[in-house]
Amino acid sequence: MWFEDLLISLKQQIVMIAPEHFRPVFSAMLSTIPILSAFGGLFAVITLVERKMLGRIQNRYGPNRVGPGGIFQPIADGIKMLTKEDIIPFSANQFLHLIAPLLLLVTAMLGLAVIPFGHKLVAVEFEAGILFFFAIGGAAELAVFIAGWASRNKYALLGSLRAIAQMISYEIPLVLSSVAVLMAAGSLSLPEVVEAQAGGIQSWYIWTPWGFLGCILFLIATLAEVNRSPFDIPEAESELIAGHMTEYSGFKYAIFFLAEFVAMFAMCALTATLFLGGFHAPLPILDFIPGPFWLFAKLILLVLLFIWIRGTMPRLRADQLMEFAWKFMLPMSVMNLVTTGVWISLGGGVFAWVVGAVMNAGAYFGWSRLLSQSSRVKPRVYRYAEETKANV
Amino acid sequence: MIGKGILKGMVETARNMVGSFHDPERMVTVEYPEQKIPAKESARNFPMLIFDGDDWESGLRCVSCQICEKECPPQCIYIEKDTEKKPDFLGKPQFKPKVFDIDISVCMSCQICVEVCPFESIRMNREFEYAGENRFSRLILHKEDLAKSNTYYHDIHPTEATETDGVREQKRQDHLAKERAKAEKAAQAKKAAAEKAAKEEQETASK
Repeated sequence: MWFEDLLISLKQQIVMIAPEHFRPVFSAMLSTIPILSAFGGLFAVITLVERKMLGRIQNRYGPNRVGPGGIFQPIADGIKMLTKEDIIPFSANQFLHLIAPLLLLVTAMLGLAVIPFGHKLVAVEFEAGILFFFAIGGAAELAVFIAGWASRNKYALLGSLRAIAQMISYEIPLVLSSVAVLMAAGSLSLPEVVEAQAGGIQSWYIWTPWGFLGCILFLIATLAEVNRSPFDIPEAESELIAGHMTEYSGFKYAIFFLAEFVAMFAMCALTATLFLGGFHAPLPILDFIPGPFWLFAKLILLVLLFIWIRGTMPRLRADQLMEFAWKFMLPMSVMNLVTTGVWISLGGGVFAWVVGAVMNAGAYFGWSRLLSQSSRVKPRVYRYAEETKANV
Repeated sequence: MIGKGILKGMVETARNMVGSFHDPERMVTVEYPEQKIPAKESARNFPMLIFDGDDWESGLRCVSCQICEKECPPQCIYIEKDTEKKPDFLGKPQFKPKVFDIDISVCMSCQICVEVCPFESIRMNREFEYAGENRFSRLILHKEDLAKSNTYYHDIHPTEATETDGVREQKRQDHLAKERAKAEKAAQAKKAAAEKAAKEEQETASK
């Protein structure tokens, strides 16, 4: 608490320096600049950590040339990206071609505005913060489409359509699995969701049956939403050309990746907020450590989990991806809502926990069994060949 | 059950990740500019010219017969003969090369020049770090870059070098035997001539 109060009073002091008319703008800047710079820095660190960790997973060293242990690799990457030629295709729409990566970055960063980083430490305190988050996240699809359309390249356009199809498909389970939390917390405001999880690790929503399933579904949908492996078919650098980024080069290309990473951070921050107690410490004794630290710790742990998943799983095929979204994720997230409703009507407690666990586990096992039966690989039948043979 | 294989895979990658920190067996990477894998004996890259003794210029085995130049498939060798003859290791007067250039940007390391060389002069080197800062800097190797001592040849390709030395020794022996035979023949001829002359002298004297 003391840290957040200190920050807020410090901000109020600094705002007083500005002339009276500029104070709102100045105040907004003071809220946004630390967030943007923190996540920009985190992007640089995470790119290096990702490459190092992927290397270790594959028993390699990872980048270790630039600086001791390769710690200046992000700077070298940045310099490389800046000095590369920035190509705009001759027949591309110049303005849209420029605006698409920026729009994607802005939408990714606007999502951070409603994340509570600490007690009362939220850039914009909306009543319906999560609604704003998802609405802004939806605009990312527009940016992707603009990128594909403005490039005037059929591969870029097809790639962007593929990306949008994926993002829209996974947005439904994403939103539905977060609705469970909103039902339990009884509010659309993220600070209130966090407050509902106060009081140590046992009151986090992930320990409830619906929270556990919801968290997993939310994380899977997040992976697909921010084009991370194993759902990185929009970019798929080893199979396809770079999708909607085909005609981009230089720093615009880097901005796409920056936007992707910032969107991932925002999504991870939201996951931590919804299911992992947000800025609360796991134990009440540890409350003296400031809230932003805990939120960032949880966020980074989730990002590391994503990197681990990336190092493990092969990429899904486009049809498998769609099948997974519509046949598995959507029914499971709807089932999760039902479980949440039952939990709330039973008023929590051990009995509600058992009922919820049975419902969710039953749904999971039953549904996955049903799915694997329906899609079981059958022996190949050469129907036409057999028929011809029979006729002859 | 959906997800069982995923968990199994996650455990496997986690084991890899943790193992890479404490098990040096796992890390097979050789960090090239600092660490190098010792070259195998059969390693070969670009040709070199062998010389005997200490002075590369006089010890050069090449006698600029230009067979390699003619046989080279990508024609990366350029030779100019010297104007005056100098004795080779057998004492025969031979033309040494005045210019011997190999364009290693063209050379395809086929070793045909080595196979055709009748003087055991051109052999394959295993040096490969020829990268230069521009394309005209180090990619044409001149005579002085190509000349490598026989001891160096023994260091990098011992078996092959010993074989070559045997061939050369055989050549020297053959040459010596031939010389000896020639000398004997000459001596005999001389003797015969002397006898003949003596006989003739006697005959003239008796007359």
